[in-house]
Amino acid sequence: MTDTRSTAKAEVPDTPAGRSRRPRGRPLLYTSYTQDMALLDTRAKKIWTGLLVLLALSLSVVLADRSLEVLAGAYVLAIGAIGLNIVTGYAGQVSLGHAFFVAIGAYTAAAVSGPRGGEHLGLGLAEIWIWLPAAGLVAALFGVLVAPLATRLRGLYLAVVTLGLVFLGEHVFKEWDHLTGGPGVGREAAVPQLFGLPLDQDGFATKEQQLYVLMLVLLIVFAVAARNLARSRIGRAFSAIRDRDIAAAVIGVPLTRYKVLAFGISSFYAGCAGGLFYSISGYVEPGSFSLLLSVQFIAMVLIGGVATVSGAIAGALFISLLQPITRSLPELLPIVSADTTVTPNVFQVETVLYGLLIILFLVFEPRGLFGIWIRVRTYWKSWPFSY
Amino acid sequence: MAVLTVEDVGLSFAGVRAIDGVSFEVGPTELFAVIGPNGAGKTSIFNVLSGVYRPQRGKVVFLETELLGRRPDEIAAMGLARTFQNVELFHNLTVLDNLMLGRHCHFGYGTLSAIAWFGRARRQELEARARIEDIIDFLELAAWRRHPVRLLPYGIQKRVELGRALAMEPRLLLLDEPVAGMNLEETEDMARFVLDIRDELGIPIVLVDHDMGLVMDLADRVLVLDFGRQVALGTPAEVQRDPKVIEAYLGGTA
Ligand SMILES: Nc1ncnc2c1ncn2[C@@H]1O[C@H](COP(=O)(O)OP(=O)(O)OP(=O)(O)O)[C@@H](O)[C@H]1O
Ligand SMILES: [Mg+2]
Repeated sequence: MTDTRSTAKAEVPDTPAGRSRRPRGRPLLYTSYTQDMALLDTRAKKIWTGLLVLLALSLSVVLADRSLEVLAGAYVLAIGAIGLNIVTGYAGQVSLGHAFFVAIGAYTAAAVSGPRGGEHLGLGLAEIWIWLPAAGLVAALFGVLVAPLATRLRGLYLAVVTLGLVFLGEHVFKEWDHLTGGPGVGREAAVPQLFGLPLDQDGFATKEQQLYVLMLVLLIVFAVAARNLARSRIGRAFSAIRDRDIAAAVIGVPLTRYKVLAFGISSFYAGCAGGLFYSISGYVEPGSFSLLLSVQFIAMVLIGGVATVSGAIAGALFISLLQPITRSLPELLPIVSADTTVTPNVFQVETVLYGLLIILFLVFEPRGLFGIWIRVRTYWKSWPFSY
Repeated sequence: MAVLTVEDVGLSFAGVRAIDGVSFEVGPTELFAVIGPNGAGKTSIFNVLSGVYRPQRGKVVFLETELLGRRPDEIAAMGLARTFQNVELFHNLTVLDNLMLGRHCHFGYGTLSAIAWFGRARRQELEARARIEDIIDFLELAAWRRHPVRLLPYGIQKRVELGRALAMEPRLLLLDEPVAGMNLEETEDMARFVLDIRDELGIPIVLVDHDMGLVMDLADRVLVLDFGRQVALGTPAEVQRDPKVIEAYLGGTA
């Protein structure tokens, strides 16, 4: 397969006109580097991606509001998972602190959009195009501040230190109730208002439909941005640092700068996801940002596929759709409680389940759902010859 | 005017003197070889030149700039490229991506441009790709372009690593045992590439290798090291006649 592709293109010079046509039925014959380096480099990929987006859009009129809400949440978590994949999957810096950056985003967004002079800290700027970038940037700032740790620590040590961030954050968020409302109470989340139109109230369509489309559009934007980043000099430098950091430095990649950049961008994604996620339910509680949330993101990345954007999305959908099932466990299995103070409770069952899933995937398919997809694809490509 | 001047460099690790007062110069189109028994300090010299190790004393001037104290990425940006004794490629990436990484310093676009993949980013990536294809042609790597390098045979990996160094458009190239572990045919191929790089691309080279035949055939001058110390420096013919060299190699060192 690969050989036809390579030799076909070997001597053909780049056509400056850019978009040149390729002969039908030869999906892997490239006649210009532009074609070869395109994001969706085969016709099949273009068609399937188009269909998938159409399908996702059409779900907004097909599905019930309750399901739309779950899916909208899944799309937002996918944005967060793509973020974690940037720092951990591409750049190879294991971070257990993702929940912390999600929290920073959630509270920045809530504080920027919250009513001025109310019970909680609020600036009264409810427009999403103000609070969303603000949430991303403040989280990115924290990411950049934490990043220098990654230049001193590796692997397990880095994981433990970033875990410390989560505990630190949990404590601060519990104590600082002017910002967070305190444990068990919480506060109102950011209001998704677009040009004066509050999307969390029924308007053009139902509240859930509006939020669903908003999150879908944002996910596409964030995903395309991440794909572009991954195929640029920056994404390549991240992978180089992950695979072999000394060689990366010797070919001219400044390690510190790129680790800081990876943490910054990853935290930006986390912050935006945090701001958006709680705007769906309209409410943030400081207990949400525990280790479980970080583990959830890691599970999404590992189950979906390390260092692939589509894998992070698949993993986020998988985990999010698993949650309604686990949350209904107390009704099916009376020994499992919905109360966090009782053992065993749903959250403990979830943590164990994520752990198990991570182990199973690491052992049987380290490339995650993405790897399974590749296997299925090659199977059908080579069918009926099974080698 | 010398491209590289090394003056009285000394490097030790907790008592082990890896390099002990070594001095040499490399001319503008010279193919300069460094030889010596195992543990003589050859790789350590490369590590000092590329900024991985910091020597305790000495001076290294590359293109009229002092190198010591600079970070590896700064030195790379100045035009010093190297290969490693044990192949140090980016294993999960394809041959293309490994070569594109060699051009890292030649890109001038930023993060936002990368995310939008528009204008500068797109243009420079396409340009870089065209350059990389020249290297792929030159090193005859076309058949492996899209393979992850970890799946390639060792000899090809060595060639990809050479390609990555060439992609940097270096002004001096350091090759650490480029033919180690290769069969005769692969060795001849590599020798041809090394000569072509020097003669056609005009890049000066410092070569480390244990293959005496290869070194004596290719090199303009040879530096012989033993236990970090300089034993001899001269043309291949001079060095081969030097009794101190014969002693170092035939085990008079005990
Ligand atoms: N990072 C290090 N820490 C401690 N000692 C080192 C280190 N690097 C090199 N050495 C020591 O320095 C000496 C020179 O090593 P070097 O790798 O430069 O030898 P070499 O000439 O490249 O040998 P070979 O032909 O086996 O590659 C050896 O005694 C080695 O043990
Ligand atoms: Mg060596």
